Amino acid sequence: MAQMAVNLGGIAMKNPVTVASGTFGYGQEYAQLFDLARLGAVTVKGIRACAWPGNPLPRHTEVPGGMINAIGLQGPGVEAFVRDDMPFLAERNVPTIVNIWGTSAEEYAEVAARLDGVPGVSGLELNVSCPNVKEGGASFGTRLDTFTDVVRRVRAATRLPILPKLAPNVPDVRPFVQAAQDAGADAISLINTLPAMAVDIETRRPILANRVGGLSGAGIHPIALKHVWEAAQVATVPILAMGGIFSAKDALDFILVGATAVAVGTATFVDPLAPIRVLEGMERWLDDHGIADVNDFRGTLRLE
Amino acid sequence: MQDVAAKLISIRPLAQGYSVLTLEAPAIAAEASPGQFVHVRIPTLEASRLRRPFSIYDADPATGRLFVLYKVVGLGTRHLAALLEGTALQVLGPIGTPFPLTPEGTPYLVGGGYGVAPLWFLATRLPRKGILFVGGRTAADILETERFREAGWEVRIATQDGSLGTQGLVTAPLDVALNEGQKAELYACGPDGMLRAVGERAIRHGIKGWLSLDKHMVCGVGACLACVQRVRTSEGERLARVCVDGPIFEAREIVW
Repeated sequence: MAQMAVNLGGIAMKNPVTVASGTFGYGQEYAQLFDLARLGAVTVKGIRACAWPGNPLPRHTEVPGGMINAIGLQGPGVEAFVRDDMPFLAERNVPTIVNIWGTSAEEYAEVAARLDGVPGVSGLELNVSCPNVKEGGASFGTRLDTFTDVVRRVRAATRLPILPKLAPNVPDVRPFVQAAQDAGADAISLINTLPAMAVDIETRRPILANRVGGLSGAGIHPIALKHVWEAAQVATVPILAMGGIFSAKDALDFILVGATAVAVGTATFVDPLAPIRVLEGMERWLDDHGIADVNDFRGTLRLE
Repeated sequence: MQDVAAKLISIRPLAQGYSVLTLEAPAIAAEASPGQFVHVRIPTLEASRLRRPFSIYDADPATGRLFVLYKVVGLGTRHLAALLEGTALQVLGPIGTPFPLTPEGTPYLVGGGYGVAPLWFLATRLPRKGILFVGGRTAADILETERFREAGWEVRIATQDGSLGTQGLVTAPLDVALNEGQKAELYACGPDGMLRAVGERAIRHGIKGWLSLDKHMVCGVGACLACVQRVRTSEGERLARVCVDGPIFEAREIVW
C-alpha cells in the first residue's frame, strides 16, 4: 500500500487527511462513529480567549452546491477548551490542530501562548478569514498589514507550528502566502468559506439572522483548487487545502496542484464517515496507479 | 447511534402530503426510544445535499423495522416520497435524548400535524394510557387518531377551520382538561408556537411539560452548532444543541 505519511510544517501526519475546523466540533461527537486515530490530524472548532455565544438563529441554509453558515464561532474559550476538551483529544493518538481567533492581534497571541505546551496540541491554525464575526475574522485576512501583524505576533508567542488560514475573497492569495512565510508561518491553509447570502422572496428577508454567511460545499471546490494552485506557485511551506472535498478525487486534485494535506469539511455533515472514505479512496487510487508515496504525487500537475 | 444502510420496505400514504415510511434498520430499531430521531440521507438528491432529520414514529425491535411519518414540505421530502421500494438509504440514529417514561399522573400528549409522530411511539411505551390532544389547520392534518383510540387512548381534536373536532387551537381542549384538575404530565411535539403555549400551561399548572423541539439541523450529532436553543440550567443560561442535548426539553428549561 502507498506510503501516506506527510509532514505539514512540523506536524507529523500518518496520512494527509484532516477535517475542516468548525465541521468536527472538538472530536467527541464523531469519535462515536469512527476511531479518530485513523485521521492524519483532527482540526477543532475555532477558539478565542473567552467564551463566545456565536450568532442568533437561523445559522445556516442549504443552497445548490452547498450550504451557507453563520454559526459565528460559538465556543467555550481557551481555558474551558484546555480543561474540558483537550484531555479527550490528547488520548486519541492523533495530532490536534487548534483553530484560534480573536478580535485583536494581541488576543491571537494570547490564545497561542496559552496553548503552547498543552498535551495533544500539535499546531495552530490562525482563523484570519471567518466571514461571520464583525470584529476579527476576515478583517485580518483580507488586509496584508493586519494579516502580517497577526502572524508575526503569534509566531513570537508560541513554538507550535502555525498555519494561517487564508481568505478566498482577495484578488490574489500569493501576496498573503509570501507574507505568511516571511512572518514565520510553518504552513498555510486555504480556503475558508466564501462570503455569501440567501434571501426569501416571500418574506423579503435575508434567510440567515446574520444576513450574510460563508458558502461551503461541493460548489466551492473549483474556486479552492484555483487558489491552492496559485498559492503553491509561491509557497515554500506546506499547504493544507480544503474546499468542497466530497471524494478521493477532490482530495487528490489538491495534492496534484501542490497541497501536502487536505481537510474534509461539509461532506462530513452529509456522511459522517466521509473523511475515512476519502482517505481510503486516495490509498486505492495511488495503489491502482502504482504510486508508492503520496508525496510523489504532490505538485505533479502538467502544464505543457 | 449508528449509520446504517436501511432498506425502504414501503411508503404508505395517509392524508394529503403525509406518508409513513417503513425501513428495515434492525440496529436502530433495537436501540430507539420515543422522542429520538434519525438523520436520513436521501439517495436521489445530489450527493452534496445535507441529511434530513425525522422523528421516529415507531420502532419494532422484533422485526427490525423503523417507521417515519413525514409531510412533503420541500425538496428533500419530495424526493423521499418518490423513492422506490427496495432503495437503500443511509440512516444515522437513533439520536437525541428521549422522552422520560415515568409520568406523574395521566399522560396528556399534545401534537400538531406531523408532530403526532413521536407521540405514537411514546404512547406505545408509556406505562399508562391517557389523552391525545391533536390539532391542525384542517381535518387532513389530523393523523392516525384511530391507532391511539384502538390502543385505549382518548382523543380530543381541534382544527382551525372546524372541519374536525372543536374549532380553534389544540390548547382549547387541553385547557378544558387541565382545568378539570386531574394530575397530569404533558408531552408535546409541534410548531414552536404550540410548544410555547403547552410549556406555559405546564408551568402555570405546576406540572411537567416535555417539549420536542423541531429545528433545522446540519450534522445531527452535536458538532456544527447550527441547531442551538437557549436553555436555563442550575449554572445559568447556556446554548444547548437541540440534536443531542435535546430534542426533548422540559418546559422550564426553554428560554423562548
